[in-house]
Amino acid sequence: MTEVYLNGKYVGDVDSPLEFVERVKQDRRAGSLAGEVNVHYDKVLDEVHVESARGRCRRPLVVVKDGMPLLTERHIKQLERGEISWSDLVAQGVIEYLDAAEEENALVALSDKEITPEHTHLEVSAISMLGVMTGLIPYGDFIQSARLIIGSKGIKQAVGLYASNYPLRMDMDVSLLHYPQSPLVKTAIYDVSRYAEHPVGQNIVVAIMSYKGYNMEDAVIINKGSIQRGFGRSTYFRPATAMELRYSGGLMDNIGLPDKDVKGYKSEQDYRLLEDDGIVYPEAKVAEGDVIIGKTSPPRFLSNMEEYSLASNIRRESSVALRHGEEGIVDFVAITENEEGNKLVQVRLRDLRIPEIGDKFVSRHGQKGVVGLLVPEADMPFSESGIVPDLIFSPHGIPSRMTISHILELLGGKTAALSGREIDATTFSGEPEAALREELCNLGFDERGVETMYNGVTGEVYQAKIYVGNMYYLRLKHMVANKIHSRARGPIQLLTRQPTEGRAKEGGLRLGEMEKDTLVAHGASMVLKERFDSDKTVVPVCEGCGTIAIQDSLKDKRYCPICGENVEISDIEMSYAFKLILDEFKSLGLYPKLKLRSKY
Amino acid sequence: MHKDLEKYKDKLPLKLLQDIEEQVPGSKVKKVAEKVYEEYLASRVDPGEAVGLIGAESIGEPGTQMTLNTFHYAGVAEMNVTVGLPRIIEILDGRKSISTPKMEIFLKSPYNKGKNIRELAMQIKETKLKEIATEYGMNIVDMRVDVKLDSDKLDELELTPQQVAKAVDKALGLDAGAKIDGNTLVIKLKEKAEAKGLNALYRAKEKCKGAYVKGVKGISQVLPVKRGDEYIIITAGSNLKKVFEFDFVDSNRTTTNDIHEVREVLGIEAARQAIIDEVFQVIETQGLNVDIRHIMLVADTMTAGGEVKGITRYGVVSGKASVLARASFETPIKHLINASLRGEVDRLTSVVENVMLNQIIPVGTGLPQLVSKLEK
Repeated sequence: MTEVYLNGKYVGDVDSPLEFVERVKQDRRAGSLAGEVNVHYDKVLDEVHVESARGRCRRPLVVVKDGMPLLTERHIKQLERGEISWSDLVAQGVIEYLDAAEEENALVALSDKEITPEHTHLEVSAISMLGVMTGLIPYGDFIQSARLIIGSKGIKQAVGLYASNYPLRMDMDVSLLHYPQSPLVKTAIYDVSRYAEHPVGQNIVVAIMSYKGYNMEDAVIINKGSIQRGFGRSTYFRPATAMELRYSGGLMDNIGLPDKDVKGYKSEQDYRLLEDDGIVYPEAKVAEGDVIIGKTSPPRFLSNMEEYSLASNIRRESSVALRHGEEGIVDFVAITENEEGNKLVQVRLRDLRIPEIGDKFVSRHGQKGVVGLLVPEADMPFSESGIVPDLIFSPHGIPSRMTISHILELLGGKTAALSGREIDATTFSGEPEAALREELCNLGFDERGVETMYNGVTGEVYQAKIYVGNMYYLRLKHMVANKIHSRARGPIQLLTRQPTEGRAKEGGLRLGEMEKDTLVAHGASMVLKERFDSDKTVVPVCEGCGTIAIQDSLKDKRYCPICGENVEISDIEMSYAFKLILDEFKSLGLYPKLKLRSKY
Repeated sequence: MHKDLEKYKDKLPLKLLQDIEEQVPGSKVKKVAEKVYEEYLASRVDPGEAVGLIGAESIGEPGTQMTLNTFHYAGVAEMNVTVGLPRIIEILDGRKSISTPKMEIFLKSPYNKGKNIRELAMQIKETKLKEIATEYGMNIVDMRVDVKLDSDKLDELELTPQQVAKAVDKALGLDAGAKIDGNTLVIKLKEKAEAKGLNALYRAKEKCKGAYVKGVKGISQVLPVKRGDEYIIITAGSNLKKVFEFDFVDSNRTTTNDIHEVREVLGIEAARQAIIDEVFQVIETQGLNVDIRHIMLVADTMTAGGEVKGITRYGVVSGKASVLARASFETPIKHLINASLRGEVDRLTSVVENVMLNQIIPVGTGLPQLVSKLEK
């Protein structure tokens, strides 16, 4: 007797589990059972599991019967003529969906050639083992699997036409590619996923060679002319938001031009772009520090009697201004309400991002690189026929990563550009390399894809023939403009008086514990002291009790809180962090006493 | 001592002096000693060198490249040895119980020739009752457990059923007793335990399985191996003291990887050497290259107090003179409060506390100070 479970609950027993499972399958294929039902016989536990619940991951497979797939030529012709559709095939039981459990009982053939009488199913297509993103990579069967994953990650980060209603949207931190193209070398997934409606890359001419060492370590050289013609050009959008919040006591924020007597009023210059409603006008050029949305808030603490009496004038400035290093053009202003009915103002900023040194580019094979140099078109290498590459990729990136598909795409792209047709490079069924070579040869080019090229600066012919062709390149959303950061002096934290952390706060780069150790190891005492004096302070210390004394600048007096005025007080230099930890000791109930002694 | 060596008596280490004396012909001693002294001075660490920190970096950096794999001995089930970073951590922490204790037992001649090596090994191996039992039968009516013994195994171990009964009886303690009946061991509950019923019987049955019968306690596996042209026995589990009692064991060369056991049996100097050997061996097998002097410094630090202290807040760190230095390494509040209860003074003589205060650290260029006599 074998136990049968329906969605994990025991429902009864059957005598012959295999027969039972077979019957369920037959009924499902015939349509008398719902197509969502999956059945699985666990040989080890001797249990049958029938699943019909939601949330199971299922995938379609062609049913194989007696070594013959149920999907026939007739079906395919009908599909081509549009007489039947996918769902008809499912309804006919030609294709069925298996969940992970039922798959355990199935023997799936990858292609119809390898079907034996034991097989129960046939893969719809070999690429169904790959996801949508991975399926986008051309010649995926000619690349290391790890690189295939990196490649699909790269595509996800590319800038492109991410949504066709982008002008109406207020997405945070998005980029839009100006002249997106559909690739010359495609896979079947491109049509299935309607890729042409949201493309992310551009077809460019790539030469694989080194160029003056500026493409070392995965860097790429880009033709300045190509950039001026629009290659990789994108727009960066970032919205700023302000809300009129309500506070207790009927007080609320006010979006509008702040009065001059408001607490924390910035300079008039900062408010110059605001219109009467306190919001910038569209197409205004804004830069660091400029106010985009003027706003004032009620005072923070109402308990104070003084503030009550002057109630109206002590509002707080709380405008939204551009942060350090930000700039752009006001693209779109939306005034609306949020869920609670509070006034909501959103201002979308737009910034043109022309590729520059440090911006990141990637091919579809995980071959990412940062721009190392922009070369004037005149200085770029050129071929006999006058072709100038848009991008120069270093040959050293290939051998260790084994991205053969990268090389094949270049060959395919070249053939596509010359013949004027798209190349199918679907994983496991793409056009073979030999065919591309032959076609290239027939088009009058070297079948290996190489060409004689000339040094753009000197005009000399290069000794080596250069591998050039067309490739689909993507610009990644990581741009230097969003990452560049430096600090010589700047803001410090209130608590520790040490420099702030992070780019947004114009922070310093921390010299941490282990970095400190290197200085100690070198015995560079003075360097270490100097390097860590960012929070250096001089504090008066009472010689009597060893606590920190008080410096009263108003009365020009210094005294000890314990010993009073008639006591020796010395100025001691220490890190503010140490002064802070002394205070923390006191809060623990400890008495940290400083014993002073002349050092010399 | 050679007359030319006399003047280096306090300047060179004893070992070097001896080596020169032994290996250099008398006429050349003067020249050699001169050169040795020069070389010795040149290879000394400079005053103010941060040896501890450089040592830490020198062991720590290769540590990042170590694997977490354990080493498996071929042919023996479940005999593996912790190596790599976990092992280093284990040694430097000064753990009392290590994850894979292991001994390498060298044998005296002629035992090391390989004859009867298996029998010798079996003498060392700890045998528990479950290894020589074939069947356990619970007799509820008579409230007893019948354990059938494997006579082949008994012969192999040169045991009589009576010996087994005696050993099991001892292991069972007060609640139950064991008697022998032919080839069957009968375990019966004693009267006062009988009242507890079936549970007590079951417990006795489980307890007797682990009863020690023969061999050295703690040695769970033995593996005779040919090393060079002699045979040695590698064991899982360690018991140096008991193993030394066998007269076929060469106690001069036999080692264990349990540092604490080495200290107990052989003393603190041996423990220091064991730390050095064990750490160095791990680093070497990982294909890394760390100067042995860094490890020696660590071993010195750990054993300086006469007992093995780990580099932990309970070990070496707790011995630091500076309150701030101790507080900066784990559980600061505990250290601070205890220090203040004792009224401790931090004289700011070491590195960490001076970094905290942004003062010059007494290392390298920060060490020398100017002393001058003022004219009166």
